[in-house]
Amino acid sequence: MYQYDEHDQRLLDQRVAQFRDQMRRHLAGELSADEFRPLRLQNGLYIQRHAPMFRISVPYGHLASRQLRKLAHLARNYDHGYAHFTTRTNVQFNWPKLEDVPEMLAELASVQMHANQTSGNCIRNITADPFAGVAADEVADPRPFAEILRQWATYNPEFAFLPRKFKIAFNSAAEDRVVLRVYDIGLDLVRNDAGELGFRVLVGGGLGRTPILGEEIGAFVPWQHLISYCEAILRVYNRWGRRDNLWKARIKILVKALGPDEFRRQVEEEWANSKDGPNTITAAELARVSAHFAPPAYEAQPAQDATVDALLATDKAFATWVKRNVRTHRQPGYAAVILSLKKTGTAPGDVTAEQMDLIAELADRFSFGEARMLHEQNVALADVRRADLFELWQAARAAGLATPNIGLLTDIICCPGGDFCSLANARSIPVADAIQRRFDDLDYQHDIGEIDLNISGCMNSCGHHHVGHIGILGVDKNDTEWYQISIGGTQGNGTTLGKVLGPSFAQDEVVGVIEKLLETYVELRREDERFIDTVQRVGTEPFKERVYADRQPQRKAAHV
Amino acid sequence: MPIASRKGKPPMSDKIIKNGRVVADARLTVTLAEGEAPADTAVPAGPVLVPLAVWQARRDELLARARSGEVGVWLAAGEDVAALADDLTLLHVIGLHFPKFTDGRSYSAATLLRTRYGYDGELRAIGEVLRDQFNYMTRCGFDALEPRAERYTDAQLEAALASIDDFTQPYQRSVKDPLPLFRRIDRSAGPQVQA
Repeated sequence: MYQYDEHDQRLLDQRVAQFRDQMRRHLAGELSADEFRPLRLQNGLYIQRHAPMFRISVPYGHLASRQLRKLAHLARNYDHGYAHFTTRTNVQFNWPKLEDVPEMLAELASVQMHANQTSGNCIRNITADPFAGVAADEVADPRPFAEILRQWATYNPEFAFLPRKFKIAFNSAAEDRVVLRVYDIGLDLVRNDAGELGFRVLVGGGLGRTPILGEEIGAFVPWQHLISYCEAILRVYNRWGRRDNLWKARIKILVKALGPDEFRRQVEEEWANSKDGPNTITAAELARVSAHFAPPAYEAQPAQDATVDALLATDKAFATWVKRNVRTHRQPGYAAVILSLKKTGTAPGDVTAEQMDLIAELADRFSFGEARMLHEQNVALADVRRADLFELWQAARAAGLATPNIGLLTDIICCPGGDFCSLANARSIPVADAIQRRFDDLDYQHDIGEIDLNISGCMNSCGHHHVGHIGILGVDKNDTEWYQISIGGTQGNGTTLGKVLGPSFAQDEVVGVIEKLLETYVELRREDERFIDTVQRVGTEPFKERVYADRQPQRKAAHV
Repeated sequence: MPIASRKGKPPMSDKIIKNGRVVADARLTVTLAEGEAPADTAVPAGPVLVPLAVWQARRDELLARARSGEVGVWLAAGEDVAALADDLTLLHVIGLHFPKFTDGRSYSAATLLRTRYGYDGELRAIGEVLRDQFNYMTRCGFDALEPRAERYTDAQLEAALASIDDFTQPYQRSVKDPLPLFRRIDRSAGPQVQA
């Protein structure tokens, strides 16, 4: 992974010093709450329900074991012993003290970590395929480009006060694993007919109150122009994006208002002035950064391991885990392993200090000292010898990290919701917990098969409910918590937005509704059809009918 | 918005930052009152910044004063810098307004004026100009920073000079650093930070 040189480190140290002074002036009354707000937000510090919330950036989801140990240390010493992994590969602490944050930033900087631009109306943490460098269907490694763009975005003087937040993701494989079309800029790494690398550029996607899928603005932008092209997009947005209405300030609204063709024209016009200028990425710079992502020192391994194969045949629990939580690898004899942070009884994405230390240890023992965060709020060890799978499984299982539920019903994507977040309309963790408890039976889950159930506590959609096969959205109705349920959303290549079934439900009704949706699926499914396949074949109507069948017409539910 | 009076309360600074130093400054910013026609507003004697609308309506009248540097023009955050494209060789001072410090349009306007249009006169940040944005402002090409008269004391403004150098070797190309870091310095030595 990327290792800082003296320049990276100096910049980060200067950032820590800058924020330390800002905090000092704020506490001394020289910097008002309003003036301090955007500064603290761009250093990851929110003021939340119970305490400040502190969001740490993990660029494109890569974590070294020493960084995981540092996070564990922070959890123990500055928080309540755990952290939360988010859908944008950030790490959140829910209980730090305001005045401790500069010191936490200094601790993070000592392991090349930071909270740069994890909030505020600026370019946020950039995400990429979690299986970059190991996936068999990869066009090319996106991480050097993600790192080059991270550097361009970090403390960028022109784009620190955009109309609204700005999120960028890279896809680099046949299968989209980053939900590319819901990003402000989605960069799809492709090769042209001549075999040259470049990007198909999507702009204007986003979830939130007005979910929109990104439109293709550039069909093929050669990699050398990645910075200048993104700069052109950002400049058009910074100048002409709406600033009069918070809810209409994302770039998606500008793209929609202008139309993709006019937006493209403006970007091209802007780009014509800077294309081939100093921001053109040099081959030397790409080579320098790419060297950091060279494949680790794989050992020659047989493609199959007889011992593992024997265990797979005899140990059902191990075999189930391998089936659900282990992915193929392009290196013979290696596999990518997903550690589940979705054990029933734990808030999805929550991880204790002890678990972080253990993941660090497992990374050191089995995966070249690195772990990767998935937007589904799980953690992957990307370079594990197949021969080590059993040992790894046993260690992970002992720590509650081996629930064989990846892609299944209880592998819920869930935001922190009203228990923590001051933006939330409703709590999401208790809903996730009730669903996990009700459907904890693994045989049932395996029978239901692959299904994405996503929960957001408000329209900001941190829990990606729009793209869940089943999406649950917390809504506020006369100060009580209600839940709107949608079905038919998908992430991946054919990303689609789910359709709302109808009137919302009280919290204690939600599990029953999920049960009815699943019953309907089981009755209607054809062989090998997943829940989403059935929904796409028969439409939402049969599901809707079942869910609302016993509702009395006079008993009108909150229609939100 | 600074109106045609910068006589702040005694302890507060009516100085500005120019080229990295705190200096006295007498330039007034003329603003149009609600509904006031550009033709009717008074343009006082001495150094002033006038709104774009006033400049456009009364260019002939103000031309000599602009050439001498006495009259400059300021743009609101939503106004297109292209409107001044033909006047950049004669103007000595251009102001770009920050209606709120969180409104970042003038960073792009400054960058465009300095790079695309090659403007090399004084570029002054006016409006809600705070020390925590000094580094970004100067990197985008502002050489004059005019906080509101009521915001800082002289001593605070002196202390605020330090913020200009918050980042000494930034990643990006900007007006101040015409080359991105990867072209500005040799990074081939590789990682030197080990943990």
